[in-house]
Amino acid sequence: MIEPIAKPRRKNPLARTRLPTSPPHPRSRKSHGLTRAAAEGRFMLQRCGACGAFSYPARDACPACLSADLAFVDAPRRGTLLSETTLHVPADVHFRERAPWRVGLVAMDCGPRLVTHLHADCEEGRPVVMSFQLDKSGQAVAFAYPERETPNMTDDRQWREMTADPKFRRVLVTNGRSVVGQEVVTALKSAGASILFVGVAEPWKPFRGEEALRALEGVQIVPLDIGDEKSVMDLAADIGGKVDILVNTSEHVRAGGLLDRQGTSVVRDEIDQSYLGFVHLAQAFGPAMRARGADGVNSAAAWVNILSVYALANWPAFGAYSASQAACLSLSHCLRAELRPGGVKVVNAFAGPLDTEWFQTVPPPKVAPRVLASAIVSALKRGLEDIYVGDVAEDVRQRLAANPKAVERELGA
Amino acid sequence: MDSNSLMQFAGAVASGAVRVVDLTFTLSPDFPVIVLPPEFGQAAPVRIQKISQYDAAGPAWYWNNLTFGEHTGTHFDAPIHWFTGKDLPNNSVDTLPPRDMIAPACVIDCSTDAARDPDFLLTIPAVEAWEKRHGRIPQRHWVLLRTDWSKKGWRDYANLKDDGAHTPGPDAAVMRWLVEERSVIGFGTETIGTDAGQGGHLDPPYPAHHFLHGGGRYGLQCLCNLDQLPPTGAVVVAAPLKIQNGSGSPLRVLALVPSA
Repeated sequence: MIEPIAKPRRKNPLARTRLPTSPPHPRSRKSHGLTRAAAEGRFMLQRCGACGAFSYPARDACPACLSADLAFVDAPRRGTLLSETTLHVPADVHFRERAPWRVGLVAMDCGPRLVTHLHADCEEGRPVVMSFQLDKSGQAVAFAYPERETPNMTDDRQWREMTADPKFRRVLVTNGRSVVGQEVVTALKSAGASILFVGVAEPWKPFRGEEALRALEGVQIVPLDIGDEKSVMDLAADIGGKVDILVNTSEHVRAGGLLDRQGTSVVRDEIDQSYLGFVHLAQAFGPAMRARGADGVNSAAAWVNILSVYALANWPAFGAYSASQAACLSLSHCLRAELRPGGVKVVNAFAGPLDTEWFQTVPPPKVAPRVLASAIVSALKRGLEDIYVGDVAEDVRQRLAANPKAVERELGA
Repeated sequence: MDSNSLMQFAGAVASGAVRVVDLTFTLSPDFPVIVLPPEFGQAAPVRIQKISQYDAAGPAWYWNNLTFGEHTGTHFDAPIHWFTGKDLPNNSVDTLPPRDMIAPACVIDCSTDAARDPDFLLTIPAVEAWEKRHGRIPQRHWVLLRTDWSKKGWRDYANLKDDGAHTPGPDAAVMRWLVEERSVIGFGTETIGTDAGQGGHLDPPYPAHHFLHGGGRYGLQCLCNLDQLPPTGAVVVAAPLKIQNGSGSPLRVLALVPSA
């Protein structure tokens, strides 16, 4: 039974902010099959193509029949906790300052035995459900939690280390002018975020939903124009030390590719509002977030990018926009590497066309902003890194995995 | 004019006998700019990007890179800005005659009307009433429309509603009349454009742009401190940047006013 976490008190300004530390992170190339599973919230194990046996940890040959045909496949998550161990004085710096820490040995129904991190409500001899989680070093680790929901389950101390739960965290939503921004604000508020800083560029321009947004308790409207370096720096000077989660909801969608557009001003706007805006935000807010990765219950935890799935494959109907999104995707991988020493996750939410004004003429299926917002909150609560929201995004992902050339030809048809 | 009077003038500026009033807003990223429907090309906003500030990128010096549209901040409109002035000679900011950059101004105070009605339009009778008190507007003078709009907060300043901006300006008849009957050198406002916020619904649309630029005259907008100018007797210095084939430019607008 877990005590609910309490709203964190204000920091003692005489106490030093603890620096983030990383759990052991070396992994074999093969075991990044598990990293991919953890990033997407899937539970995957290697399964032998010859004899059908599941195996763990990641390896190059089947322990049962020595076949090298060991692909990662989605595996059943259920198992039984055989034994539990509480580490009181671990040798590793990261776990030492988090002790006591519980680990256990789980026998999977599908065969393998896993050494795993344990949710506090797991009991020896009882069934557990397994997941792979990204730990503070960004690497996949096994995590066991009870089969049935228990009270205050997500407040578990060890679970919270693996996730970026918005509960009691302070969030910056960079653009509150858009429907997406407003839905993200609402979803984060229901998820228990304590303060929502909501950026509004050009505050002299009225926008739809403004009154409702301003009336929401816990919302602080802040001036933020991410295309303007100084505006971003000024806001970071004010609140940079209080942003635990940053959700970049800025969007600048325009149809068109290269040849039928006159001039470059639209392309430039797209780059200013997406790529350069991302750079400004990262330079202004990134360093403080990285330094605050171990700052208590409301430590800095995650950075969320909303990306078009056409960042992965250019859709010429929105060709220049796709390219700006591809630039942001590349940059997100750089940011991910640079935030990793702080244990701060970078979540990329890939979506197909949204049900918003600038995709008006695009036929369904389109992603409702509310669906995108709840997918983002769910990813934060589960500690995911890459999510594909809606049918189009999932479809593009699967087709890319099968044949990228086919995707190129079909999107350009 | 002999050199002595020019030196006297310089002395008067130095002594304060001639007051220099700055009619310019600070060029900054947060100053409202003209908003067009999103499907049109947009004015690039003002961006000030630091190159170095006594730091690793430049240890002893501070400087910035700037980007902005020609029509941002307190700015000047040249005749080439509008289709009506596109074929005129010397119609861009780099070719406009330098002597046109210094001219006297008549200031028409409509601040009371504008406070009452954000869609207030200046009319010929209103200007004729002003002329009864202050005399006929001489040729090649600026006409500056004082509305005290520059004293508002940005939101009220832009005053955007779901049917467009609501800010004061001239009606079509008075613009034509000022250009043809009074031969003004230009027309200046405190608002984001020389035209009223709803000026697109007048006939012709945007009459200030239409008649001023069609007649080879100039526009000044986003002016401030017009309340410090006398109705007549001030001299305006408005020299836009010499941008190649430029349609306008942010600039420093100064008014020279005899001290009372």
